[in-house]
Amino acid sequence: MGNIDFTFFNWSLIGPYVTKGFIFSLWLTLFATVGGIALGTVLALMRMSSNRVLVLVASTYVNTMRSIPLVMVLLWFFLLIPFAIGKPIGAELSAMVTFVAFEAAFFSEIVRAGIQSIPRGQVAAGQAMGFNYGQNMRLVVLPQAFRNMLPVFLTQTIILFQDTSLVYAISANDLLKGLETAGKNLGRPIEAYLLAAVVYFVMCYSLSKLVQQIQKKVQIIR
Amino acid sequence: MAWDWEIFCKETTTGEIIKGCLGQGGDQTYLNWLGSAWGWTLTVAMSAMVVAFVMGLIMGALRTLPPTTAGNRWLARLGTVWTELFRNIPVLVQLFIWYFVIPAIFTSLKSVPSVVMVVLGLGFFTSSRVSEQVRSGIESLPKGQRYAAMAMGFSTFQSYRLVLLPMALRIVMPPLTSEAMNIIKNSSVAFAVSIAELTFFARQSGEETSQPVQMYLAVTVLYAVSALTVNRVMNWIEVKTRVPGFVGASAAPATH
Repeated sequence: MGNIDFTFFNWSLIGPYVTKGFIFSLWLTLFATVGGIALGTVLALMRMSSNRVLVLVASTYVNTMRSIPLVMVLLWFFLLIPFAIGKPIGAELSAMVTFVAFEAAFFSEIVRAGIQSIPRGQVAAGQAMGFNYGQNMRLVVLPQAFRNMLPVFLTQTIILFQDTSLVYAISANDLLKGLETAGKNLGRPIEAYLLAAVVYFVMCYSLSKLVQQIQKKVQIIR
Repeated sequence: MAWDWEIFCKETTTGEIIKGCLGQGGDQTYLNWLGSAWGWTLTVAMSAMVVAFVMGLIMGALRTLPPTTAGNRWLARLGTVWTELFRNIPVLVQLFIWYFVIPAIFTSLKSVPSVVMVVLGLGFFTSSRVSEQVRSGIESLPKGQRYAAMAMGFSTFQSYRLVLLPMALRIVMPPLTSEAMNIIKNSSVAFAVSIAELTFFARQSGEETSQPVQMYLAVTVLYAVSALTVNRVMNWIEVKTRVPGFVGASAAPATH
Protein backbone atom coordinates (compact mmCIF):
# COMPACT_ATOMS: atom_id res chain seq x y z
CA MET A 1 0.00 0.00 0.00
CA GLY A 2 1.33 3.42 -0.92
CA ASN A 3 0.46 6.29 1.34
CA ILE A 4 -2.46 8.52 0.47
CA ASP A 5 -2.54 11.94 2.07
CA PHE A 6 -6.12 13.10 2.46
CA THR A 7 -5.12 16.57 3.63
CA PHE A 8 -5.10 17.21 -0.13
CA PHE A 9 -8.91 17.10 -0.01
CA ASN A 10 -8.97 20.68 1.17
CA TRP A 11 -10.67 23.44 -0.75
CA SER A 12 -8.46 26.29 0.54
CA LEU A 13 -5.44 24.36 -0.76
CA ILE A 14 -6.71 23.43 -4.22
CA GLY A 15 -9.41 26.06 -4.69
CA PRO A 16 -7.18 28.51 -6.56
CA TYR A 17 -6.28 25.79 -9.09
CA VAL A 18 -9.74 24.40 -9.54
CA THR A 19 -12.28 27.26 -9.35
CA LYS A 20 -11.85 28.49 -12.91
CA GLY A 21 -11.90 25.01 -14.42
CA PHE A 22 -14.92 23.98 -12.36
CA ILE A 23 -16.89 26.98 -13.53
CA PHE A 24 -15.83 26.25 -17.11
CA SER A 25 -17.02 22.62 -16.87
CA LEU A 26 -20.42 23.72 -15.55
CA TRP A 27 -20.71 26.54 -18.08
CA LEU A 28 -19.73 24.23 -20.93
CA THR A 29 -22.36 21.71 -19.84
CA LEU A 30 -25.07 24.36 -19.65
CA PHE A 31 -24.08 26.03 -22.92
CA ALA A 32 -23.85 22.74 -24.80
CA THR A 33 -27.20 21.53 -23.43
CA VAL A 34 -29.09 24.68 -24.37
CA GLY A 35 -27.28 25.12 -27.70
CA GLY A 36 -27.46 21.40 -28.45
CA ILE A 37 -31.20 21.22 -27.81
CA ALA A 38 -31.83 24.31 -29.96
CA LEU A 39 -29.74 23.11 -32.88
CA GLY A 40 -30.89 19.53 -32.32
CA THR A 41 -34.55 20.57 -32.60
CA VAL A 42 -33.82 22.30 -35.90
CA LEU A 43 -32.04 19.16 -37.14
CA ALA A 44 -34.92 16.94 -36.02
CA LEU A 45 -37.49 19.13 -37.79
CA MET A 46 -35.31 19.09 -40.91
CA ARG A 47 -35.12 15.29 -40.81
CA MET A 48 -38.87 14.99 -40.52
CA SER A 49 -39.69 17.58 -43.17
CA SER A 50 -40.92 16.64 -46.62
CA ASN A 51 -38.02 18.42 -48.34
CA ARG A 52 -35.57 15.75 -49.50
CA VAL A 53 -32.56 18.06 -49.48
CA LEU A 54 -33.17 19.08 -45.87
CA VAL A 55 -33.62 15.43 -44.88
CA LEU A 56 -30.38 14.45 -46.57
CA VAL A 57 -28.37 17.31 -45.06
CA ALA A 58 -29.66 16.72 -41.53
CA SER A 59 -29.34 12.94 -41.59
CA THR A 60 -25.81 13.08 -43.04
CA TYR A 61 -24.81 15.53 -40.34
CA VAL A 62 -26.31 13.47 -37.53
CA ASN A 63 -24.94 10.15 -38.76
CA THR A 64 -21.45 11.57 -39.30
CA MET A 65 -21.29 13.08 -35.83
CA ARG A 66 -22.57 9.88 -34.28
CA SER A 67 -19.94 7.71 -35.93
CA ILE A 68 -16.88 9.76 -34.87
CA PRO A 69 -15.43 9.78 -31.34
CA LEU A 70 -15.96 13.06 -29.50
CA VAL A 71 -12.21 13.36 -28.96
CA MET A 72 -11.65 13.35 -32.72
CA VAL A 73 -14.41 15.93 -33.23
CA LEU A 74 -12.71 18.14 -30.63
CA LEU A 75 -9.40 17.79 -32.45
CA TRP A 76 -11.01 18.51 -35.84
CA PHE A 77 -12.74 21.68 -34.68
CA PHE A 78 -9.66 22.87 -32.84
CA LEU A 79 -7.75 22.45 -36.09
CA LEU A 80 -10.35 23.78 -38.52
CA ILE A 81 -12.00 26.72 -36.73
CA PRO A 82 -8.85 28.89 -36.96
CA PHE A 83 -8.71 28.11 -40.70
CA ALA A 84 -12.35 29.02 -41.13
CA ILE A 85 -12.27 32.33 -39.31
CA GLY A 86 -8.66 33.22 -40.03
CA LYS A 87 -7.40 33.63 -36.49
CA PRO A 88 -6.63 31.25 -33.63
CA ILE A 89 -9.22 30.87 -30.88
CA GLY A 90 -8.66 29.47 -27.43
CA ALA A 91 -9.21 25.84 -26.51
CA GLU A 92 -12.14 26.82 -24.27
CA LEU A 93 -14.04 28.66 -27.01
CA SER A 94 -13.27 25.87 -29.47
CA ALA A 95 -14.61 23.32 -26.98
CA MET A 96 -17.87 25.24 -26.65
CA VAL A 97 -18.47 25.33 -30.40
CA THR A 98 -17.56 21.64 -30.72
CA PHE A 99 -19.85 20.52 -27.93
CA VAL A 100 -22.87 22.34 -29.34
CA ALA A 101 -22.20 20.89 -32.80
CA PHE A 102 -21.61 17.38 -31.45
CA GLU A 103 -24.39 17.21 -28.87
CA ALA A 104 -26.91 18.63 -31.36
CA ALA A 105 -26.67 15.33 -33.25
CA PHE A 106 -27.58 13.37 -30.12
CA PHE A 107 -30.28 15.77 -28.95
CA SER A 108 -31.83 15.72 -32.42
CA GLU A 109 -32.37 11.95 -32.14
CA ILE A 110 -34.02 12.45 -28.75
CA VAL A 111 -36.23 15.24 -30.10
CA ARG A 112 -37.17 13.14 -33.12
CA ALA A 113 -38.20 10.23 -30.91
CA GLY A 114 -40.12 12.66 -28.68
CA ILE A 115 -42.02 14.20 -31.58
CA GLN A 116 -42.81 10.78 -33.02
CA SER A 117 -44.21 9.76 -29.63
CA ILE A 118 -46.99 12.35 -30.01
CA PRO A 119 -50.11 10.65 -31.41
CA ARG A 120 -50.94 11.54 -35.01
CA GLY A 121 -54.35 12.71 -33.89
CA GLN A 122 -52.76 15.66 -32.09
CA VAL A 123 -51.25 16.91 -35.35
CA ALA A 124 -54.52 16.34 -37.17
CA ALA A 125 -56.41 18.18 -34.43
CA GLY A 126 -54.03 21.11 -34.75
CA GLN A 127 -54.55 21.20 -38.49
CA ALA A 128 -58.31 21.06 -37.98
CA MET A 129 -57.96 24.14 -35.78
CA GLY A 130 -56.49 25.90 -38.81
CA PHE A 131 -52.92 26.02 -37.42
CA ASN A 132 -50.11 26.24 -39.93
CA TYR A 133 -46.95 24.09 -39.59
CA GLY A 134 -45.15 26.55 -37.30
CA GLN A 135 -48.14 27.08 -35.04
CA ASN A 136 -48.84 23.38 -34.88
CA MET A 137 -45.27 22.61 -33.83
CA ARG A 138 -45.01 25.50 -31.38
CA LEU A 139 -48.44 25.21 -29.76
CA VAL A 140 -49.33 21.53 -29.99
CA VAL A 141 -46.50 19.11 -30.73
CA LEU A 142 -43.32 20.53 -29.19
CA PRO A 143 -44.72 21.44 -25.73
CA GLN A 144 -45.94 17.86 -25.23
CA ALA A 145 -42.88 16.33 -26.83
CA PHE A 146 -40.49 18.31 -24.63
CA ARG A 147 -42.35 17.28 -21.49
CA ASN A 148 -42.03 13.63 -22.49
CA MET A 149 -38.38 14.14 -23.35
CA LEU A 150 -37.40 15.93 -20.15
CA PRO A 151 -35.95 12.89 -18.31
CA VAL A 152 -34.01 11.79 -21.40
CA PHE A 153 -32.68 15.32 -21.87
CA LEU A 154 -31.45 15.37 -18.29
CA THR A 155 -29.83 11.95 -18.64
CA GLN A 156 -28.07 13.16 -21.76
CA THR A 157 -26.95 16.26 -19.82
CA ILE A 158 -25.32 14.03 -17.18
CA ILE A 159 -23.47 12.16 -19.93
CA LEU A 160 -22.56 15.52 -21.44
CA PHE A 161 -21.15 16.72 -18.11
CA GLN A 162 -18.99 13.59 -17.96
CA ASP A 163 -17.93 14.13 -21.55
CA THR A 164 -16.74 17.67 -20.84
CA SER A 165 -13.68 16.04 -19.23
CA LEU A 166 -12.60 15.05 -22.76
CA VAL A 167 -11.57 18.65 -23.50
CA TYR A 168 -8.35 17.29 -21.99
CA ALA A 169 -7.48 16.38 -25.60
CA ILE A 170 -7.13 20.03 -26.58
CA SER A 171 -5.73 21.08 -23.18
CA ALA A 172 -8.67 23.27 -22.21
CA ASN A 173 -8.76 24.22 -18.54
CA ASP A 174 -11.70 22.32 -17.07
CA LEU A 175 -12.39 20.71 -13.69
CA LEU A 176 -10.24 17.66 -14.41
CA LYS A 177 -7.36 19.72 -15.76
CA GLY A 178 -7.53 22.05 -12.75
CA LEU A 179 -7.37 19.13 -10.33
CA GLU A 180 -4.57 17.52 -12.30
CA THR A 181 -2.54 20.75 -12.22
CA ALA A 182 -3.17 21.10 -8.48
CA GLY A 183 -2.01 17.51 -8.00
CA LYS A 184 1.16 18.07 -10.00
CA ASN A 185 2.06 21.38 -8.39
CA LEU A 186 1.34 20.19 -4.86
CA GLY A 187 3.10 16.86 -5.42
CA ARG A 188 -0.09 14.82 -4.89
CA PRO A 189 -1.18 13.53 -8.33
CA ILE A 190 -2.73 10.32 -6.99
CA GLU A 191 -4.96 12.18 -4.55
CA ALA A 192 -5.90 14.64 -7.29
CA TYR A 193 -7.24 11.88 -9.57
CA LEU A 194 -9.10 10.29 -6.65
CA LEU A 195 -10.67 13.62 -5.77
CA ALA A 196 -11.68 14.11 -9.41
CA ALA A 197 -13.45 10.74 -9.32
CA VAL A 198 -15.22 11.66 -6.07
CA VAL A 199 -16.36 15.08 -7.31
CA TYR A 200 -17.69 13.76 -10.63
CA PHE A 201 -19.37 10.82 -8.90
CA VAL A 202 -21.15 12.93 -6.30
CA MET A 203 -22.42 15.37 -8.94
CA CYS A 204 -23.52 12.78 -11.49
CA TYR A 205 -25.02 10.42 -8.93
CA SER A 206 -27.14 13.10 -7.26
CA LEU A 207 -28.25 14.40 -10.65
CA SER A 208 -29.27 10.92 -11.77
CA LYS A 209 -31.31 10.47 -8.57
CA LEU A 210 -32.99 13.79 -9.33
CA VAL A 211 -33.78 12.59 -12.84
CA GLN A 212 -35.47 9.49 -11.39
CA GLN A 213 -37.69 11.73 -9.25
CA ILE A 214 -38.59 13.88 -12.25
CA GLN A 215 -39.27 10.79 -14.32
CA LYS A 216 -41.88 9.65 -11.80
CA LYS A 217 -43.63 13.04 -11.90
CA VAL A 218 -43.63 13.22 -15.68
CA GLN A 219 -45.03 9.72 -15.94
CA ILE A 220 -48.18 10.77 -14.08
CA ILE A 221 -48.75 13.63 -16.51
CA ARG A 222 -48.26 11.29 -19.43
CA MET B 1 -3.41 23.47 -47.31
CA ALA B 2 -1.77 21.21 -49.80
CA TRP B 3 -3.36 17.80 -50.16
CA ASP B 4 -0.15 15.86 -50.00
CA TRP B 5 -1.13 12.21 -49.63
CA GLU B 6 2.45 11.09 -50.10
CA ILE B 7 2.90 12.06 -46.48
CA PHE B 8 1.80 8.55 -45.54
CA CYS B 9 4.79 7.10 -47.41
CA LYS B 10 7.28 9.10 -45.35
CA GLU B 11 9.59 7.32 -42.98
CA THR B 12 8.71 8.50 -39.49
CA THR B 13 12.21 9.45 -38.32
CA THR B 14 14.15 10.35 -41.49
CA GLY B 15 11.20 11.87 -43.37
CA GLU B 16 12.28 10.14 -46.62
CA ILE B 17 9.60 8.98 -48.98
CA ILE B 18 9.69 5.22 -49.28
CA LYS B 19 8.66 3.45 -52.48
CA GLY B 20 5.57 1.28 -52.05
CA CYS B 21 4.72 3.16 -48.90
CA LEU B 22 5.59 0.32 -46.53
CA GLY B 23 8.86 0.38 -44.63
CA GLN B 24 11.23 -2.59 -44.87
CA GLY B 25 13.16 -3.97 -41.92
CA GLY B 26 13.43 -1.37 -39.18
CA ASP B 27 11.93 1.43 -41.27
CA GLN B 28 8.43 2.57 -40.46
CA THR B 29 6.29 4.82 -42.61
CA TYR B 30 3.28 6.75 -41.37
CA LEU B 31 1.15 4.18 -43.17
CA ASN B 32 2.78 1.41 -41.11
CA TRP B 33 2.16 3.42 -37.99
CA LEU B 34 -1.46 4.09 -38.93
CA GLY B 35 -1.97 0.35 -39.41
CA SER B 36 -0.55 -0.55 -36.04
CA ALA B 37 -2.56 2.26 -34.40
CA TRP B 38 -5.73 0.79 -35.92
CA GLY B 39 -4.65 -2.57 -34.55
CA TRP B 40 -4.29 -1.09 -31.06
CA THR B 41 -7.70 0.57 -31.26
CA LEU B 42 -9.32 -2.71 -32.29
CA THR B 43 -7.39 -4.70 -29.66
CA VAL B 44 -8.34 -2.34 -26.85
CA ALA B 45 -11.96 -2.05 -28.01
CA MET B 46 -12.53 -5.77 -28.59
CA SER B 47 -10.95 -6.82 -25.28
CA ALA B 48 -12.90 -4.14 -23.43
CA MET B 49 -16.04 -5.37 -25.16
CA VAL B 50 -15.51 -8.86 -23.75
CA VAL B 51 -14.93 -7.45 -20.24
CA ALA B 52 -17.96 -5.15 -20.56
CA PHE B 53 -20.35 -7.84 -21.78
CA VAL B 54 -19.26 -10.43 -19.22
CA MET B 55 -19.35 -8.07 -16.23
CA GLY B 56 -22.44 -6.24 -17.49
CA LEU B 57 -24.29 -9.51 -17.94
CA ILE B 58 -23.41 -10.71 -14.43
CA MET B 59 -24.15 -7.41 -12.69
CA GLY B 60 -27.34 -6.77 -14.65
CA ALA B 61 -28.63 -10.25 -13.85
CA LEU B 62 -27.74 -9.90 -10.15
CA ARG B 63 -29.83 -6.73 -9.93
CA THR B 64 -32.96 -8.61 -10.96
CA LEU B 65 -32.62 -11.44 -8.40
CA PRO B 66 -35.88 -11.95 -6.47
CA PRO B 67 -35.39 -10.50 -2.94
CA THR B 68 -36.35 -13.78 -1.29
CA THR B 69 -33.16 -14.40 0.67
CA ALA B 70 -30.64 -12.14 2.38
CA GLY B 71 -27.98 -13.47 0.01
CA ASN B 72 -30.00 -12.44 -3.02
CA ARG B 73 -30.56 -8.97 -1.62
CA TRP B 74 -26.84 -8.48 -1.05
CA LEU B 75 -26.02 -9.67 -4.54
CA ALA B 76 -28.61 -7.28 -5.99
CA ARG B 77 -27.06 -4.46 -3.96
CA LEU B 78 -23.62 -5.40 -5.28
CA GLY B 79 -24.96 -5.14 -8.82
CA THR B 80 -26.47 -1.73 -8.14
CA VAL B 81 -23.35 -0.33 -6.45
CA TRP B 82 -21.18 -1.61 -9.32
CA THR B 83 -23.44 -0.03 -11.91
CA GLU B 84 -23.78 3.34 -10.17
CA LEU B 85 -20.06 3.53 -9.41
CA PHE B 86 -18.85 2.91 -12.94
CA ARG B 87 -21.64 4.86 -14.58
CA ASN B 88 -21.20 8.15 -12.74
CA ILE B 89 -17.49 8.80 -13.22
CA PRO B 90 -16.23 10.05 -16.61
CA VAL B 91 -14.40 7.39 -18.58
CA LEU B 92 -11.27 9.52 -18.79
CA VAL B 93 -11.12 9.89 -15.00
CA GLN B 94 -11.64 6.15 -14.62
CA LEU B 95 -8.77 5.56 -16.99
CA PHE B 96 -6.50 7.80 -14.91
CA ILE B 97 -7.55 5.88 -11.80
CA TRP B 98 -6.61 2.56 -13.42
CA TYR B 99 -3.42 3.88 -14.92
CA PHE B 100 -2.02 6.12 -12.15
CA VAL B 101 -3.87 5.53 -8.89
CA ILE B 102 -4.33 1.76 -8.65
CA PRO B 103 -0.68 0.84 -9.42
CA ALA B 104 0.41 3.49 -6.90
CA ILE B 105 -1.76 2.03 -4.15
CA PHE B 106 -1.24 -1.64 -4.98
CA THR B 107 2.41 -1.55 -5.91
CA SER B 108 2.42 -5.21 -6.97
CA LEU B 109 0.33 -4.18 -9.99
CA LYS B 110 3.07 -1.90 -11.33
CA SER B 111 4.34 -4.65 -13.63
CA VAL B 112 0.94 -5.13 -15.31
CA PRO B 113 1.08 -3.74 -18.88
CA SER B 114 -0.75 -0.44 -19.16
CA VAL B 115 -2.95 -1.71 -21.98
CA VAL B 116 -4.47 -4.24 -19.57
CA MET B 117 -5.36 -1.43 -17.18
CA VAL B 118 -6.93 0.53 -20.04
CA VAL B 119 -8.96 -2.50 -21.12
CA LEU B 120 -10.21 -2.99 -17.56
CA GLY B 121 -11.04 0.71 -17.23
CA LEU B 122 -12.91 0.93 -20.51
CA GLY B 123 -14.53 -2.47 -19.96
CA PHE B 124 -15.82 -1.76 -16.45
CA PHE B 125 -17.07 1.68 -17.51
CA THR B 126 -19.08 0.12 -20.34
CA SER B 127 -20.19 -2.82 -18.18
CA SER B 128 -22.28 -0.37 -16.16
CA ARG B 129 -24.18 0.56 -19.29
CA VAL B 130 -24.53 -3.07 -20.38
CA SER B 131 -25.78 -3.92 -16.89
CA GLU B 132 -28.55 -1.32 -17.24
CA GLN B 133 -29.60 -2.80 -20.57
CA VAL B 134 -29.54 -6.37 -19.31
CA ARG B 135 -31.58 -5.42 -16.26
CA SER B 136 -34.23 -3.62 -18.29
CA GLY B 137 -34.31 -6.58 -20.69
CA ILE B 138 -34.93 -9.08 -17.90
CA GLU B 139 -37.52 -6.78 -16.29
CA SER B 140 -39.36 -6.46 -19.59
CA LEU B 141 -40.01 -10.22 -19.69
CA PRO B 142 -43.46 -11.37 -18.59
CA LYS B 143 -43.44 -12.60 -14.97
CA GLY B 144 -44.79 -15.93 -16.20
CA GLN B 145 -41.40 -16.79 -17.69
CA ARG B 146 -39.78 -16.77 -14.27
CA TYR B 147 -42.66 -18.73 -12.71
CA ALA B 148 -42.58 -21.26 -15.54
CA ALA B 149 -38.88 -21.84 -14.89
CA MET B 150 -39.61 -22.32 -11.18
CA ALA B 151 -42.43 -24.72 -11.98
CA MET B 152 -39.99 -26.77 -14.04
CA GLY B 153 -37.96 -27.18 -10.86
CA PHE B 154 -35.06 -25.07 -12.14
CA SER B 155 -32.68 -23.53 -9.64
CA THR B 156 -32.26 -19.75 -9.77
CA PHE B 157 -29.06 -20.15 -11.78
CA GLN B 158 -30.72 -22.57 -14.20
CA SER B 159 -33.75 -20.34 -14.70
CA TYR B 160 -31.48 -17.41 -15.58
CA ARG B 161 -29.23 -19.43 -17.86
CA LEU B 162 -31.93 -21.43 -19.63
CA VAL B 163 -35.01 -19.21 -19.59
CA LEU B 164 -34.58 -15.55 -18.65
CA LEU B 165 -31.22 -14.53 -20.14
CA PRO B 166 -31.67 -16.15 -23.57
CA MET B 167 -34.85 -14.13 -24.12
CA ALA B 168 -33.69 -10.93 -22.39
CA LEU B 169 -30.44 -10.77 -24.35
CA ARG B 170 -32.29 -11.08 -27.64
CA ILE B 171 -34.54 -8.22 -26.61
CA VAL B 172 -31.65 -5.90 -25.73
CA MET B 173 -29.59 -6.61 -28.84
CA PRO B 174 -30.28 -3.16 -30.38
CA PRO B 175 -29.00 -1.16 -27.37
CA LEU B 176 -26.10 -3.61 -26.95
CA THR B 177 -25.21 -2.91 -30.57
CA SER B 178 -24.91 0.78 -29.86
CA GLU B 179 -22.83 0.06 -26.74
CA ALA B 180 -20.49 -2.07 -28.86
CA MET B 181 -20.12 0.87 -31.25
CA ASN B 182 -19.60 3.20 -28.30
CA ILE B 183 -16.65 1.11 -27.12
CA ILE B 184 -14.91 1.64 -30.45
CA LYS B 185 -15.45 5.39 -30.10
CA ASN B 186 -14.65 5.54 -26.38
CA SER B 187 -11.39 3.65 -26.89
CA SER B 188 -10.13 6.98 -28.25
CA VAL B 189 -9.63 8.22 -24.67
CA ALA B 190 -6.73 5.76 -24.35
CA PHE B 191 -4.57 8.40 -26.05
CA ALA B 192 -4.45 10.16 -22.66
CA VAL B 193 -2.45 7.30 -21.14
CA SER B 194 -0.15 6.96 -24.15
CA ILE B 195 -1.60 3.85 -25.78
CA ALA B 196 -0.48 4.12 -29.41
CA GLU B 197 -4.01 3.88 -30.82
CA LEU B 198 -5.68 5.93 -33.56
CA THR B 199 -6.30 9.18 -31.66
CA PHE B 200 -2.80 9.08 -30.22
CA PHE B 201 -1.50 8.58 -33.76
CA ALA B 202 -3.62 11.47 -35.07
CA ARG B 203 -2.30 13.91 -32.48
CA GLN B 204 1.31 12.75 -32.69
CA SER B 205 1.64 12.41 -36.47
CA GLY B 206 -0.32 15.60 -37.08
CA GLU B 207 2.21 17.47 -35.01
CA GLU B 208 5.27 15.75 -36.50
CA THR B 209 4.27 16.26 -40.13
CA SER B 210 2.48 19.61 -39.71
CA GLN B 211 -0.17 18.13 -42.00
CA PRO B 212 -2.83 17.04 -39.54
CA VAL B 213 -5.75 17.16 -41.98
CA GLN B 214 -4.69 14.03 -43.88
CA MET B 215 -3.89 12.22 -40.65
CA TYR B 216 -7.19 13.20 -39.01
CA LEU B 217 -9.12 12.21 -42.14
CA ALA B 218 -7.53 8.77 -42.25
CA VAL B 219 -8.16 8.20 -38.56
CA THR B 220 -11.76 9.44 -38.76
CA VAL B 221 -12.51 7.14 -41.67
CA LEU B 222 -11.00 4.16 -39.82
CA TYR B 223 -13.14 4.89 -36.75
CA ALA B 224 -16.27 5.13 -38.87
CA VAL B 225 -15.41 1.91 -40.73
CA SER B 226 -14.72 0.06 -37.47
CA ALA B 227 -17.94 1.24 -35.84
CA LEU B 228 -19.95 0.37 -38.94
CA THR B 229 -18.40 -3.12 -39.09
CA VAL B 230 -19.29 -3.74 -35.46
CA ASN B 231 -22.81 -2.55 -36.20
CA ARG B 232 -23.16 -4.99 -39.15
CA VAL B 233 -21.76 -7.92 -37.13
CA MET B 234 -24.10 -7.24 -34.21
CA ASN B 235 -27.09 -6.95 -36.57
CA TRP B 236 -26.09 -10.23 -38.17
CA ILE B 237 -25.99 -11.89 -34.75
CA GLU B 238 -29.36 -10.35 -33.92
CA VAL B 239 -30.96 -11.75 -37.06
CA LYS B 240 -29.28 -15.17 -36.70
CA THR B 241 -30.36 -15.63 -33.10
CA ARG B 242 -33.89 -14.32 -33.51
CA VAL B 243 -36.60 -16.68 -32.24
CA PRO B 244 -39.31 -16.87 -34.92
CA GLY B 245 -42.58 -15.40 -33.80
CA PHE B 246 -41.40 -14.18 -30.43
CA VAL B 247 -39.14 -11.15 -30.29
CA GLY B 248 -39.42 -8.77 -33.20
CA ALA B 249 -37.00 -5.96 -33.87
CA SER B 250 -39.51 -3.48 -32.47
CA ALA B 251 -39.80 -5.10 -29.05
CA ALA B 252 -36.77 -3.30 -27.62
CA PRO B 253 -37.31 -1.48 -24.34
CA ALA B 254 -36.26 2.13 -23.82
CA THR B 255 -32.50 2.53 -24.04
CA HIS B 256 -32.10 4.49 -20.82
